[in-house]
Amino acid sequence: MAKLAPLGAVPLGDCAVYVEFSRALDLEVNSAVQRLARMVHAKALPWVRDVVPALAGLAIHFDPDHPDVFGDALSASLNVVSECLKEGLPKEDDASRTVEVPICYEREFAPDLAEVAAAAKVTPEEAVALHAGSEFRVLMIGFAPGHPYMAGLNPKLAVPRRATPRAVVPAGSVAIANDQAVVYPYAISGGWNIIGRTPLAVFDAHRDEPSLFGAGDRVRFKPISRAEFLKHGK
Amino acid sequence: MTIHVLRPGLLMTVQDLGRHGHQHVGLCPGGAMDPIALVIANALVGNEQGAAALEITVLGPDLQFDRDTLVALVGADFEADIALNRPVLVAGGSRLSISRAARGARAYLAVAGGIAVAEVLGSRSTYLPGSFGGIEGRVLKRGDRLPLVENSEQLSRERFERLKRKRGSSVRWSVPSFTVPDREPIVLHAIEGEHFSEFDATMQRTFFDTIWRVTPDSNRMGYRLAGPELTRAKKDEIVSGPTCLGTVQVPADGVPIALMADHQTTGGYPRIAEIASADVPRLAQIAPGGSVHFARCGLDMAAELRKDVKTRLETAMRGIAWEYGK
Repeated sequence: MAKLAPLGAVPLGDCAVYVEFSRALDLEVNSAVQRLARMVHAKALPWVRDVVPALAGLAIHFDPDHPDVFGDALSASLNVVSECLKEGLPKEDDASRTVEVPICYEREFAPDLAEVAAAAKVTPEEAVALHAGSEFRVLMIGFAPGHPYMAGLNPKLAVPRRATPRAVVPAGSVAIANDQAVVYPYAISGGWNIIGRTPLAVFDAHRDEPSLFGAGDRVRFKPISRAEFLKHGK
Repeated sequence: MTIHVLRPGLLMTVQDLGRHGHQHVGLCPGGAMDPIALVIANALVGNEQGAAALEITVLGPDLQFDRDTLVALVGADFEADIALNRPVLVAGGSRLSISRAARGARAYLAVAGGIAVAEVLGSRSTYLPGSFGGIEGRVLKRGDRLPLVENSEQLSRERFERLKRKRGSSVRWSVPSFTVPDREPIVLHAIEGEHFSEFDATMQRTFFDTIWRVTPDSNRMGYRLAGPELTRAKKDEIVSGPTCLGTVQVPADGVPIALMADHQTTGGYPRIAEIASADVPRLAQIAPGGSVHFARCGLDMAAELRKDVKTRLETAMRGIAWEYGK
């Protein structure tokens, strides 16, 4: 791909900066941003509080008054970014892992599957095969702790968001809209089309690694039966 | 050793200075909405600055103490049966009633040794959206028993003993809280956000000219600001980007939202402004119905504001340390 270069840096207030690489979602840029974020994070700079990769750029949250900041924290952050870009980003394959997510597509967990299938002019079984047969990639974690935005949805299944969001979507619900998929970590309100549910905890603060997903992960869905789903939950 | 919740008040949670380093997996730091008040409250009872305390919102609780406990209630001007902004030794078996906030929205009740709930991801803060931290990740309710450190009674007596200039079960001095407003609207300094230029000149003026009212559905995640509808000139959807404590975003309904302690880490709404970090604790002291006004500010001024807060806080801390004979 073309050399990655920041479009600009926008102060996110006085304690963070957003370094933007594209104004639209570009999968190559997104992948590069995630690898860049890991590199910046790995530097473990004492004045950096958080490195947050987003869809088209990354945020560096810092302590602007930390004694180790050379000059001002905003410029220092940009210097770190250019240093990393100069050193060269790690290759994508070295950086990403694959997460296998068991999913039950039974009707009780998939209230919108029939509607999605009808819109795509396929049977629900075919819709399941299209979803489970694709490899997804986590573009960003956001909206709620552990909540992944994933690319890779088969274009045949591209349906818009629901006109009226549901007040409560059960935790673990796997939902699709447009060309993306999400997994809801908690019972929260949401407007995406629910086509299945995973028994795995998407975010568990008491786990060593609280978040099931990380930005950049490859994700595969593995269909399981209702019985297997219920067994998982125990 | 516990504090027994007889009546929980409006919204009482356990909070400390939050859990940092998890924003890349979508978890914001959270913690006290007014960390300045929390830090002062902890100092007044001789704690480390980040010890867990009770965050009390608008309408306070009735609490029962089973042992002598050194406490300090700092922040909003609550009507209470202890004096505010100073250490008070509450006698074992007695009851503490905290009523309404006459001025400000939040106060922190710190106790010697801190509230001894378990740490989750390095913090004792209650994170309500995720239902973890504090007590079962929820708002405190009647009948809860809040654990204190084992030697809290001994700590309380020793620390109270060390204090100079005592009067009865308290002291003859107090620390002025400087996050609680004397009058409204308060002025919040705001830096232009990434999408500020996508609002036309009239909208930009409107943003800075309006006296915004904090709506009743404002909470620890965000404050919604009622006023004229803000519309962005460009109508295209923006790519979701990172957000920050104090980000002011404008959803499609035109009602701006200022992101507070339990905010989302990313958002797909245009970000019109970013509130200077030094001013966010002051916004946390505005109750629903209260009003705010934005003043344009740059990074240099934001740094000056931080420096000013830091100086005032350090002065207060030095004063408290002196009273403890340090």
